[in-house]
Amino acid sequence: MPAVSKGDGMRGLAVFISDIRNCKSKEAEIKRINKELANIRSKFKGDKALDGYSKKKYVCKLLFIFLLGHDIDFGHMEAVNLLSSNKYTEKQIGYLFISVLVNSNSELIRLINNAIKNDLSSRNPTFMCLALHCIANVGSREMAEAFAGEIPRILVAGDTMDSVKQSAALCLLRLYKTSPDLVLMGEWTSRVVHLLNDQHMGVVTAAISLITCLSQKNPDEFKTCVSLAVSRLSRIVSSASTDLQDYTYYFVPAPWLSCKLLRLLQCYPPPEDGAVKGRLVECLETILNKAQEPPKSKKVQHSNAKNAILFEAISLIIHYDSEPNLLVRACNQLGQFLQHRETNLRYLALESMCTLASSEFSHEAVKTHIETVINALKTERDVSVRQRAADLLYAMCDRSNAKQIVAEMLSYLETADYSIREEMVLKVAILAEKYAVDYSWYVDTILNLIRIAGDYVSEEVWYRVIQIVINRDDVQGYAAKTVFEALQAPACHENMVKVGGYILGEFGNLIAGDPRSSPLVQFNLLHSKFHLCSVPTRALLLSAYIKFINLFPETKSTIQEVLRSDSQIRNSDVELQQRAVEYLKLSSIASTDVLATVLEEMPPFPERESSILAKLKKKKGPGAVSVNELEEGKREGGELNGGGERGGDSSSTPSPSADLLGLRAGPPVTAAAPSAGSLLVDVFSEAGVNDDGFLSEFSRFVCKNNGVLFENQLLQIGIKSEYRQNLGRMYLFYGNKTSVQFVTFTTTLNVQAKPVEPLIEGGAQVQQVINIECLTDFSDAPLLNIKFRYGGALQNLTLKLPVTINKFFQPTEMASHDFFQRWKQLSLPQQEAQKIFKANHAMDTEVLKAKLLGLGMALLENVDPNPENFVCAGVIQTKAQQVGSLLRLEPNAQAQMYRLTVRSSKDTVSKRLCELLAEQF
Amino acid sequence: MQFMLLFSRQGKLRLQKWYVPLSDKEKKKITRELVQTVLARKPKMCSFLEWRDLKIVYKRYASLYFCCAIEDQDNELITLEIIHRYVELLDKYFGSVCELDIIFNFEKAYFILDEFLLGGEAQETSKKNVLKAIEQADLLQENFSSQSPHNCLSTP
Repeated sequence: MPAVSKGDGMRGLAVFISDIRNCKSKEAEIKRINKELANIRSKFKGDKALDGYSKKKYVCKLLFIFLLGHDIDFGHMEAVNLLSSNKYTEKQIGYLFISVLVNSNSELIRLINNAIKNDLSSRNPTFMCLALHCIANVGSREMAEAFAGEIPRILVAGDTMDSVKQSAALCLLRLYKTSPDLVLMGEWTSRVVHLLNDQHMGVVTAAISLITCLSQKNPDEFKTCVSLAVSRLSRIVSSASTDLQDYTYYFVPAPWLSCKLLRLLQCYPPPEDGAVKGRLVECLETILNKAQEPPKSKKVQHSNAKNAILFEAISLIIHYDSEPNLLVRACNQLGQFLQHRETNLRYLALESMCTLASSEFSHEAVKTHIETVINALKTERDVSVRQRAADLLYAMCDRSNAKQIVAEMLSYLETADYSIREEMVLKVAILAEKYAVDYSWYVDTILNLIRIAGDYVSEEVWYRVIQIVINRDDVQGYAAKTVFEALQAPACHENMVKVGGYILGEFGNLIAGDPRSSPLVQFNLLHSKFHLCSVPTRALLLSAYIKFINLFPETKSTIQEVLRSDSQIRNSDVELQQRAVEYLKLSSIASTDVLATVLEEMPPFPERESSILAKLKKKKGPGAVSVNELEEGKREGGELNGGGERGGDSSSTPSPSADLLGLRAGPPVTAAAPSAGSLLVDVFSEAGVNDDGFLSEFSRFVCKNNGVLFENQLLQIGIKSEYRQNLGRMYLFYGNKTSVQFVTFTTTLNVQAKPVEPLIEGGAQVQQVINIECLTDFSDAPLLNIKFRYGGALQNLTLKLPVTINKFFQPTEMASHDFFQRWKQLSLPQQEAQKIFKANHAMDTEVLKAKLLGLGMALLENVDPNPENFVCAGVIQTKAQQVGSLLRLEPNAQAQMYRLTVRSSKDTVSKRLCELLAEQF
Repeated sequence: MQFMLLFSRQGKLRLQKWYVPLSDKEKKKITRELVQTVLARKPKMCSFLEWRDLKIVYKRYASLYFCCAIEDQDNELITLEIIHRYVELLDKYFGSVCELDIIFNFEKAYFILDEFLLGGEAQETSKKNVLKAIEQADLLQENFSSQSPHNCLSTP
């Protein structure tokens, strides 16, 4: 290339740039710029018409000023004028200015669009490309409105030049990203897919980005791309390094295109066609083999390009998660990279292994690298690499290596960067809980966490250790002993005081036999920390003291004295003062019995999603931790908590005021736990209002989750249930309405369930939890058989559990256009189920809406052209597959009839939904 | 790719290309934050880092840092080579490119980038084809001028 062709050198511009560079201070620069702006303004306003060159020069200067970070509020018109210049360089500068400094001034947009339109129809490829670049750079909605129809035509027209096709493809991609509703699929889509076969590699490279994006949104429409992509990939992978000429990059054939092809394939499941699949597996094997070959060049560009393809191939292998052989090979390859001298490769290997660790086929293979990863955590110099190592340790942790990993993470915490400490603390806490075999280890770990990184231990973490200690009586004595020892340290973190105060207040009696930790010693130890603590901790300690009075009457006078002191009873903090006054009064007037009742040991906490896991999820965004991760861990190791309630209810999370005693707040609302003597509390307010006697009990639950399932003179059975994805949990409450106990109370389900308490006292209620997983779609509900003896008589009862397919709906919001497009896609006769039926209830719009929402689908507004009709969309989550479903309900008020139409990707689902729903209205 | 920034060791922004719509204020904030973060890193550290919900890929060539923000599923290594190919294109076009070339001919740097990447995706990866397109454009220009050579930008 001739070294002189560097442009047309605008001298004035170069001088101006030099001036700016010579400015010694920011002020001087601003002064120089203001002078220039004044000059340009006067030139633009002047009477003398400027020639194209001057206009271009000034517009370019303005652009330079803007790029320096200054505001520009004029010159747009002059730039737009340049667009219609027939001199290429002037046009080019005009477009550049517009691309960088778009203004939503509608008058200008119209002018700009006009100029673009002219250039697009000019048939001059250079001008067309300029116009397309401008649209792609601006990508505004106005441009999408003007050009989204035209560009697909340019893209697939037979006589379009290759370079224009390339620009058109990416231009369309940009418009699709900003305004997907304006880019309509059509006849052109199938032709776009065939661009994968284009002779020109550049066209394929550009088109594949567009195809990948479109496939993600419309997988069915583009699925023919899979076989085309595989054959293209296969040709590239098997080609010699010189075959592709200029598309070979440092001896690697077409690395960008290869990566994009592998990326496109990740939008789809493994190919069903055996031949295609075989060819693809061959490609993946070749890529893995090539990684073992000696490099063809020592340049880092060669190895980067080669490894970019390798990592993309590994991503695809992980995405398929079905080829154990490839997964293990991928893992071994990454294992080699873990020790590579290139930091970049070590980083990527750690990152990629994280996903491999979650595959059942490669989990064990990943685990073999534990020593290397631990070493990386200790020795890597770059904090981002250490972070990756910590992530991988977390991902590869299981029961077999939990102790080692937790120990390593704990010791790393002592020197870890402040930026990652909080996350590390959460991870350690979660692993310790998830894989705890003996709970003394768990308690030790959490107390160590507080000792090492107390500042980073969030409330969720110490709440959790208390919940677990309260719920497990086998660890309470150990916990009391350990916190007592931890509190001996001259300086201990306030979080330690909180945990210590709470645990000793509840279980101090378990260690009081030892004279070294006698009640008074315990109290003095706690109280020695009191003055150093913040108000919430002091409040907690005061509650611990009153618990002491109940546990150890011998401490009463000492503690009363403390409560009575001015610093407590006249404390300027209202909360502390009130506690001191109330506790003092309580301890002096209440009888021992009353005191014992009020200050009784805390009942077990209802089991709920671990608050720390929720916190980590929040920190990392959804998807970072699989939802049932913690649950799985527990299933392996036995239940952690006694109860069976899974929270999600904000009222059941510990109140932030550290009032864990619950003296002030009363028991949490959801604590429907079977505490002794609790009366049959009707927690199901809805159940009382039974206005729709017409429906069988079972079908009343189609659109709601809570209520009374069954009731007779003896027994009431209430249900609460919650569903998420393909999982559900159902709580059954068996209430004995009589004053006589039920004995040998058993329930059997035609699926497996946890046993229920065999005895129900008169007037009492017991709870049973059933975990539900939806494996595939179904029509029949599980049956529950209940047997018990009341007096001498055996009672036998069989009920249908109200688990219906719609419980596993995930609502899907979509716009009108998408709805009808999908509706049309589901047009096979068996995909549709329809019923026309008479209204059984008043046709009240609000009631209908409530029922449809209860169904679990998204109720879509402004979709159906007829406002009387209702349309809904949702996806049923089963383990085997997801079933997208659409629904339309058309009420006819005059005839008091409904027409219900359900379309879904699976015929049995459409049919079942239609049956279920027809009974509801 | 969401955006690409070129800045000097002194933290001066030399080129900015945004492939997602953002306000000027937001752009300035991102630039400030990233320039600071990247300049604070030591030479042997890895070229990738997590930043907000994006991945940053950067590489230093002489006095200039090239820095790209990509999305979660994008490939870091191939992005690193996108940067390298762009440097090669600049180098070939200017003949041993240096920071000054990019300062004085910033519009050219943008034009070359637009031929190579469009909407944040590779449009044409062949060096020959990109340069041919730019050459053709240059042929349409009237005046020619030459630049004095400066210290070059190739790998440190």
